Amino acid sequence: MDRRKSIKTLLVGTAVASVLIESCDTSVKNNSAASSKGLNEEDRMAEEKITNKKLRDEIFFTPTEMATITILGDIIIPKDAVSGSASEAKVPEFIEFIVKDMPEHQTPMRGGLRWLEMISLKKFGNSFTAITEKQRIEIIDEIAYPKKAKASMKQGVAFFNLMRNLTTTGFYTSEMGVKDVGYMGNVPNQWNGVPDDVLKEHNLAYTERELKECVNYDTK
Amino acid sequence: MGDTLQIKKQAKKYDVVIVGSGAGGGMSAYVLANAGLKVCLLEAGPDYDPATNSSQMKNPWESPRRGASTKFRPFGDFDGCYWGWEIDGEPYTHAPGTKWEWWRARMVGGRTNHWGRISLRFGPKDFKRKSIDGLGDDWPIGYEDVKPYYDKIDQLIGVFGSNEGLPNDPDGIFLPAPKPRLHELYIKKAAISGGVPVIPSRLSILTKQINKERGACFYCAQCGRSCKVYADFSSSSVLIKPAVATGNVDLITNAMAREVLTNKEGKATGISYVNKEDMQEYQVEGKVVILAASACESARLMLNSKSEQHPNGISNSSNVVGKYLHDSTGAAMGGVLPKLVGRKRYNEDGVGGMHVYSPWWLDNKKLDFPRGYHIEYWGGMSQPSYGFGFDMESQNGMFPINGKTKEAGGYGASLKEDVRYLFGAGVGMAGRGESIAVETNFCEIDPSVVDKYGIPVLRFNTKNSDYEIKQAKHMKETFREIMHNMGAVITWGDTDGPENDYGLANPGNIIHEAGTIRMGNDPKKSALNKWSQAHDCKNLFNVDGGQFVSQADKNITWTILALSMRTSEYIIDQLKKNNL
Repeated sequence: MDRRKSIKTLLVGTAVASVLIESCDTSVKNNSAASSKGLNEEDRMAEEKITNKKLRDEIFFTPTEMATITILGDIIIPKDAVSGSASEAKVPEFIEFIVKDMPEHQTPMRGGLRWLEMISLKKFGNSFTAITEKQRIEIIDEIAYPKKAKASMKQGVAFFNLMRNLTTTGFYTSEMGVKDVGYMGNVPNQWNGVPDDVLKEHNLAYTERELKECVNYDTK
Repeated sequence: MGDTLQIKKQAKKYDVVIVGSGAGGGMSAYVLANAGLKVCLLEAGPDYDPATNSSQMKNPWESPRRGASTKFRPFGDFDGCYWGWEIDGEPYTHAPGTKWEWWRARMVGGRTNHWGRISLRFGPKDFKRKSIDGLGDDWPIGYEDVKPYYDKIDQLIGVFGSNEGLPNDPDGIFLPAPKPRLHELYIKKAAISGGVPVIPSRLSILTKQINKERGACFYCAQCGRSCKVYADFSSSSVLIKPAVATGNVDLITNAMAREVLTNKEGKATGISYVNKEDMQEYQVEGKVVILAASACESARLMLNSKSEQHPNGISNSSNVVGKYLHDSTGAAMGGVLPKLVGRKRYNEDGVGGMHVYSPWWLDNKKLDFPRGYHIEYWGGMSQPSYGFGFDMESQNGMFPINGKTKEAGGYGASLKEDVRYLFGAGVGMAGRGESIAVETNFCEIDPSVVDKYGIPVLRFNTKNSDYEIKQAKHMKETFREIMHNMGAVITWGDTDGPENDYGLANPGNIIHEAGTIRMGNDPKKSALNKWSQAHDCKNLFNVDGGQFVSQADKNITWTILALSMRTSEYIIDQLKKNNL
C-alpha cells in the first residue's frame, strides 16, 4: 500500500481535515527534503510523522535558558582526552527536543533554571551566564552531591540530577558518546561466544555440552 | 465523503473471513490460503513489512528522542510495534478499584513484530492443572493433541533451544542455541549453585538459515524492532507475506471490525467493519469467520455482536465470553555486577533476547502458592538509548571507581569516567508465571462509552489474588539469592513488600492476555469446543489467546500458533465434508 496516499485518505472527511492535510503535506515534503539529509522515516507511521514534525517546529527554551543549558551541559560533560563536550555532541539541542516530547520535564527544567538564576543573582549579583567559571562551580558544588548537599539546596539538587540525567543520556546516545563508551555492537556479525581471553580473565569456561551443541560459526 | 453513511457490501464471497493478522490470524491465513481457500484478512492497522518498515540497525542518535518511548511506541522509538497501552480515539475503561493494562497493536502482524520470540511449548501438566491442584479447569485437549502441531511449527518457523528431557518443558525440533554471554555465564553459575536450573533459551530466531525466503540471524540484538531479513518470527514476514503470495488472500488494512454478522439461523455470515481511511462502513461475507483480534478484542467483538439468535453476544449462551481473563505474573530485580566493571569491550549483542533462561523447577506441594514461573535474564554491553546514564548519583557512590571511592553524584571528567567504568556491568532478571484464571476477572462492554468509530468499548474488572502475590514474593526471594550468589549489588527491585504486592505487575502488563473465550467440553461453562469452534455457532472460530483455559508459565505465542494451525486444518476438513 502507498503509505502517503493512505495518510491523505485517512484524513478526508474528518472535522479538522483541512488543517491536518496542510500539516501532513508539509510533513511529506519535509520528509523528502529530510531524506536527502539522511533522515529516513520509512519506519514511522503516519501519526508519528505528524507529531515529530510538530515537535521539531515548536520552540520551548528562551535564548537565555538555552545559553544556561549549554554552560551547564559542558560542566557536566566537558571535553576530555577521550571525547568532546556536551555542546559538541549537540546535547542542548537534544534537551530542547526532549522537553517538548516529554512535557513532564518542562516545569522542573524551566523552574530549575530560574532557581539557579536566582541563586546566582543573590550570591554573585549577576546572571549564571555572566558570572565567572569559578563562581559557577561554587554553585554547582553545592547541588551536585545529593548526600552532602545542604537542606536549603535540595531543590537545586533535584534540578541538577535532572540536568545530569538529560545531559549524560544525550551525550552517550550521540555518535561521539557511543564511541566514547566503547559500544561495539549494531553491526552484522556471527556470535561465537565470549572471546577466549575474556573467559580466561574471568576464570570461566564453556561446558563441553555448550561447545558441542551451541551454534558455532568458526570455520577453523 | 458524503454526509450520508452507507453500508458497502463487498460482492466477493470468501470461504473464510479472518479478523486480525497476528500470530493466530497469520497462521490461519497461511494454512487456509495454502490449501486453496479464498481468504479475506482484516487488519485494524496499516500495512507493515519488516524489510522496509523496521528501524533495525538504526543508531540512537537517529531518533530525535534517542529511542525513548512515546504513546505510539511504548517500548521505545525503534520498537517494531505500532501503538500499545493507549490508542488515540480508542479508549477502554476500568471498574472502580481494579487494574488492567491493555496492549493493542495496530499493524499487519500485530504484536508479533516486536515480541520477545520466547517460544515455549506447554507441557502435559499445563493442560490438566485442575486435576493436579484443583484450581481453574482442565483443557478439553492434552499435550498429545497439540504436540504434532508444535513439531510442525518448530520446523516451519524455526526455533533454537536444547533438548533437556524435562517432564513439563517438552523437547522440540530445535536449531542450535547461541552460547551464553559473559553475564549469562555468571548468572548460570550463581543460579545453579542455588538449585535453580539454567538452560539455553528457546527463541524463534534463525541461528541457521531454513529456507530461501528468510535470512539467518546476524546478531544485532534488535528482534524487538522486527527483522529486515526475516531471521526471527513475525507474523507479517513469516506468515502473511507467503499467504498473500498464494493469490488466495485479500488483505484489507485499516479495517476496524465492528461486529460478526449472522443470518436468521444464527450462523455467522461475515464481518462488518469501518474502513479507517474513508470512514465508511463495509461488510464482507464468508462461509467461516475466524476471530484472531487478541483475547480481549475478540471477546469485545463477540459481545458486541448481538442478534435475535444471540441476544447475549454471539455464541455466549454460556455467559463466559470476557470472563477468566488472565495474564502472566511478573516481577523483576536488577543491579550491578562488580565483576563486570571496567570490562574489555567487544561486540556481545547476540540475538534479541536472553541466551539462557530458567524453566520452573520446584514442587508446589512444598510451596504456599500454586503453579510456577520461569526466569528471564538480561545485562551486559547493549546499545545505549534514552535513559542510559540516568541516576548516576545512585550508582557512582556505591562502588570504588578505578579503585577510588567517590562522593555520589558529581559532574565533569570524573562523571565520564564513572559512565565508562560501569558500562556493561548491569544485570537483571524477571519472573513470568502462571496466574489462576477465575470467573471474577473479566472484561465486559462498558454500557456508556464508545470509541471514535462508535463501537462500544471494553470495561475491565481484574485483580491479582493471593496466589499471584505469593508467587511474586517467591520470585523476589529467588532473585535476591541469585544476585547474592553472583556477588551482584542490587540497585532496584529489592524494596518491594506486602504494601505493593512484592512488585507484582498489574494484570495485563506482561501482555499475555488470555482466557476470555475459553474452550471446554461443557457448552454451559465454555464458549468453544476443543477445536476452537463456537459451541453456539459452528462456523465461528477463535484462534488467539481467547480460547486458552489456562496459560502455564509459558509465553503463549507458540501455543497460539500450534492451536491456530490445528483449527485451520480442522476447518479445511469440515468444509470438505460440508459440515460448516
